[in-house]
Amino acid sequence: MNRAGALLLGLWSALAYGLLYAPVVVTVLFSFNAPRGRFNLVWQGFTLENWRHPFQDGALTAAFLTSLGLAVAAALLAVLLGGLMALALSRARVRGGRWIELLLALPLTNPEIVLATALLTLFVGLDLPRGPLTLLLSHSLFCLSYAALTLKARLAGFDPTLELAAQDLGAPPLEAFRRVTLPLLAPGLLAAMLLSFSLSFDDYVVSSFTAGETLTLPLYLAGAFQREISPQIQVLSTLVLLVSALVLVLASPPRRSPR
Amino acid sequence: MPRSLRAEARRPRWPWLLLTPGLLWLLGLYVLPLLGLVPLSLSEPLSRFGLDTVFTGRVANYSEVLQAYGPILLRSFSFAAIATAVGLVLAYPLAFAIRFRGGRWQPLLIGLVVLPSLSSFLVRAIAWTSLLGDNGPVLGLVESLGLTDGLNGLGVLRDGRLLNTPTAVIIGLTNTLLPFLVLPLVVAMQRIDPRLLEAAADLHAGPLRRFIRVVWPLSLPGLGAGLLLSLIPAAGDVVNPRFLGGPNDRMIANAIDNLLLVQLQAPRAAALTLVLTALITVAVGLQLRGRGLEELPLP
Repeated sequence: MNRAGALLLGLWSALAYGLLYAPVVVTVLFSFNAPRGRFNLVWQGFTLENWRHPFQDGALTAAFLTSLGLAVAAALLAVLLGGLMALALSRARVRGGRWIELLLALPLTNPEIVLATALLTLFVGLDLPRGPLTLLLSHSLFCLSYAALTLKARLAGFDPTLELAAQDLGAPPLEAFRRVTLPLLAPGLLAAMLLSFSLSFDDYVVSSFTAGETLTLPLYLAGAFQREISPQIQVLSTLVLLVSALVLVLASPPRRSPR
Repeated sequence: MPRSLRAEARRPRWPWLLLTPGLLWLLGLYVLPLLGLVPLSLSEPLSRFGLDTVFTGRVANYSEVLQAYGPILLRSFSFAAIATAVGLVLAYPLAFAIRFRGGRWQPLLIGLVVLPSLSSFLVRAIAWTSLLGDNGPVLGLVESLGLTDGLNGLGVLRDGRLLNTPTAVIIGLTNTLLPFLVLPLVVAMQRIDPRLLEAAADLHAGPLRRFIRVVWPLSLPGLGAGLLLSLIPAAGDVVNPRFLGGPNDRMIANAIDNLLLVQLQAPRAAALTLVLTALITVAVGLQLRGRGLEELPLP
């Protein structure tokens, strides 16, 4: 490629990154804004005040903590259920295994609104009051598919004869699982957990149908458009983003240099 | 595989013990409620004040929602198509640059594509509200370039405004779907054997010819996957049309939301949801035709 072509490609890529990062940059920037009025949407002036009181907005902090707890619980549940399914599907020839995989992938091929409608009508039909329990059930469901499929891919990637070797050396199956499979699977478990956590933490559509009076962070933010956009929203979002970036760096496997 | 290993791999009962809890979850919380939408879509509300319904076999729900929401359905798919097209114009060169110009920075460049999607949809919508607002920097730039009237004429702006217009919705959608276009494309391009390009060069194919004859055809699976991954969520998006669009820019998911939660018309909401599901299942089926599930680019 000639010089001009390379330059053009570089500029075009910068434009793409620009579109990706515009809202991120604005969010970080506005965490340092001193807003006039209730809506931190117009730039007024620089301040560090918001960062000195990141948890000042009580309702926001409460919603933040609710989402944190929900995401941890949903991720644990999804990885437990999904991990068991992945083990069965990859370590045994299950009759109808392909159908089970199709079933796992199905929730991912439809927009969230479909799942949201189905779940709401289910809970209404069962007379199940909407709240933390229905949130946990719904979130664990959409995380389950991601967790099971991620873990199955990981399990397919390593050698089942390792477990058999451990058993040949006298380890009972569970012992072999604990000493061989689990350590090998640990990075995959962590990845599935993080993915599930972030899916649950950011979920708005399904939650808006199944939360009842419970306020998760995205639900609180949706209400904030009418009520009040405090600068603490941008502060907490920036913090979340920093932690995500850190996790992304720490959790990314050491890569081979590209060919 | 030796006989003993194969016997070991075929033990009868324990797999089902491990599968049962997850299958119960999938059946109870996904399959059954989804199937339950079918009778619900043929029912009538018992009252105007609750979600209780009675089954009456009312097929007219379908013709009514198609008539009332057909235009919104069409709008949803056109918004999604426009956003995907814009996204593709940005994503393809970016993926190409990451793969063929990224060098040892490739993992970092890929990570930078992923990172923004870890910030919440709602937080990004708030940021777009600042950026695209009446006193925001984007309109300021447009004005200082003297483009306001031209863009008004083209329908990109509405009365000199950007927020609460289809343009704002499409900008928001493009932002959210961009990583889902870029990543499968990068993966597909990473699978291209560099020796193919060397061979093409040895045979005196120039850069353009190498692109057209080698890179482009081999990147098509990634393109297909990316289209699937971005069109479907975009067509069913809730946040961007609701918070960045005006009242006339609502999309299908907003209509379902409104039918169910505001108008309490559960049967019609169910009918509309099933129409959407059917359309998307057909699209997915066409895309995956002749190929396995492995082609679904899952994490």
